[in-house]
Amino acid sequence: MNNQPENFVGIDVGASTTKAIIINADKEILVYSVNNTGADYGAAAEKAFANACRQAGTKGSDRYLVMATGYGKRNVPRADDTKTEISCHARGAFHYFPKDHTLIDIGGQDNKIVKTDRSGKRVNFKMNRKCAAGTGAFLEEIAYRLDIKMDKLNQLAEKAQHDVHIGSYCTVFAATEILARIREGAKVEDIVKGIFGSVVKRVLEMDTMDGNVVMTGGVVAYNPFLVSMFEEKIGRKIFVPPHPQFTGALGAALYSLESKGGINA
Amino acid sequence: MSEEKKPAIKKIQATGQMRKIMADYFYELDAAARDDSKKVAWCTSVGPAELLLSFGFHVYYPENHGAMLGATRMANDFIPVANAIGYSPDICSYLTSDIGSFIKKETPLSKAYEGIEGVPKPDVLVFNTNQCRDVQDWLSWYARELNVPIMGVSTFRNIGEMTDEVLAGIVQQIKDLIPKLEKISGNKFDIDKFREVLALSKKCTEMWRDVVETMVARPSPMSFFDATIHMGPAVVLRGSETAVQYYETLHAELKQRIKDGIGAVEDEKYRLYWEGMPIWGKLREMSELFIGLKTAVIPSTYCNSWIFNAFDPADPFLSMARAYTEIFIVRDENFKEKYIEDIVKRYKLDGILFHDAKTCPNNSNNRYGMPERLEKRLNIPTLTINGDLNDLRCYSEEQTRTNIEAFIEQLQAK
Ligand code: SF4
Repeated sequence: MNNQPENFVGIDVGASTTKAIIINADKEILVYSVNNTGADYGAAAEKAFANACRQAGTKGSDRYLVMATGYGKRNVPRADDTKTEISCHARGAFHYFPKDHTLIDIGGQDNKIVKTDRSGKRVNFKMNRKCAAGTGAFLEEIAYRLDIKMDKLNQLAEKAQHDVHIGSYCTVFAATEILARIREGAKVEDIVKGIFGSVVKRVLEMDTMDGNVVMTGGVVAYNPFLVSMFEEKIGRKIFVPPHPQFTGALGAALYSLESKGGINA
Repeated sequence: MSEEKKPAIKKIQATGQMRKIMADYFYELDAAARDDSKKVAWCTSVGPAELLLSFGFHVYYPENHGAMLGATRMANDFIPVANAIGYSPDICSYLTSDIGSFIKKETPLSKAYEGIEGVPKPDVLVFNTNQCRDVQDWLSWYARELNVPIMGVSTFRNIGEMTDEVLAGIVQQIKDLIPKLEKISGNKFDIDKFREVLALSKKCTEMWRDVVETMVARPSPMSFFDATIHMGPAVVLRGSETAVQYYETLHAELKQRIKDGIGAVEDEKYRLYWEGMPIWGKLREMSELFIGLKTAVIPSTYCNSWIFNAFDPADPFLSMARAYTEIFIVRDENFKEKYIEDIVKRYKLDGILFHDAKTCPNNSNNRYGMPERLEKRLNIPTLTINGDLNDLRCYSEEQTRTNIEAFIEQLQAK
């Protein structure tokens, strides 16, 4: 019996959600699975893995090769290996966009900018500093303050008619600025667009945007209007891969396929 | 890439001897501070220590205490105390942790050395602003608090060329200290003694340079993290025979390691420069992380800062002025870039790590576009780590780790 693994699994244990992807040896994606990360990284990873297997209809006897990434990568019990989310996002993005590009990933806890050359090699990368400004956590905090559901942000921002400027670096200061705008009578949709604008600014000050730009991450998946604001700002089209929140998991799965390492049945 | 197994840091045998001479140094200082016939001077780490030693002062270095506060992580309890009395969390965390520890009457010295109750009480405080303004503000707090005289040298910063005018100004300032130091010490200035101390300091500094230079070898017998510990005597015992002897021992051990092909990092694959301050409270973690990643972090601006090539007993004032002014931290960006470039080439490095220390802009050289310029010029990648020398509130373990791992993954894929 051929004991090569048939399924290559990428598990991305992120700060807020855990994503799993299974691909086959032909790099075809068999399944996507996502659940909240919570406080137990190992359990979250197991859950994502089990869901993925169930949906993919794989059998218990099937062989898997698992690559873990994300904040909780070291807590994934069945991982054969780990790789940083920076490498995995770059790998996942290059799969769909095999040209030199600048990748912007807006994650729950951090933003990454990764530059890749045309052969897929990473040239350099930057992560935002300790502050949450410009990340998914920032949007969550502000949505909470404004008493808006996260999934309503995009449609509100689309309706905005006036520019509201949020300038501060700091999430707490930004929240105070928002209070001031509310006091001045700004409409909630204008404020939400102002917050998106602040995310755009925080990201663009991290690094230069050279050549093609690709965007990934959960925030991008649910807020296409934010992407259009980035496009307007940099004056060109941005490529968003399918299922942008799974880019890291996909990269991990691809790495596991490429590593052709041990077997974890 | 997995680096889960706790990698072992290879112990340097000379460490025992170093601990002993450091202990002797602190006990002697402590005794001097209690003895009315002896005088204690506090001096900034790249201040005119040789002059003070020539007067017979026992010299204590507050920055060394700062580093101890950081390494023991006691700093985190004390920084807020100084913040509360008006010293901003954005200024030097050596200063804030040291002042905080004084206010709280707690010191790592009494934990490390039984019987020592506190830092040695000074008779004079002497600074050199070559490294930063913070050292002057720092000692000024003690001057007010303890009612002790303070004096020092104000050095220009961002110097490109070392001109005669610049040096003449420093020489004059050093000479101006003499009458005041004569009064406090009760001793007349003795140029022969001064030359003698300077000669010993020169020897120490040369030995330290030889120690540091062993890291050119592949695999490197020592890492930056080891070097930050072993540079202690070069800071506090320069000008003494003890320090020279110590570095002879250490150097011999490292030479032997080179001969035997023993590296500080097992199976060394990558070699990096460390630019900036150490993160004192995370030395061990950092060291283990890099060992796990088969990466030798070796030369550093920081450890090289105690190599004073210029010392010349034949011309003590001018050579001392030059030695303390030509150091990296005092120089302009062109000088600094050239300096790093030379080392990167000589040590055959794969990349440069910049530590952006939140509270020390003076040692955070990533802030004016240097990493980007060096990447282009040297065609090697750089990585900036955000952290601090002592204030661990400014440091994210997870983020740093991810950044470093991703950086090594990038080197692997090259
Ligand atoms: S150079 Fe930096 S760490 Fe050293 S004393 Fe000055 S501010 Fe503090």
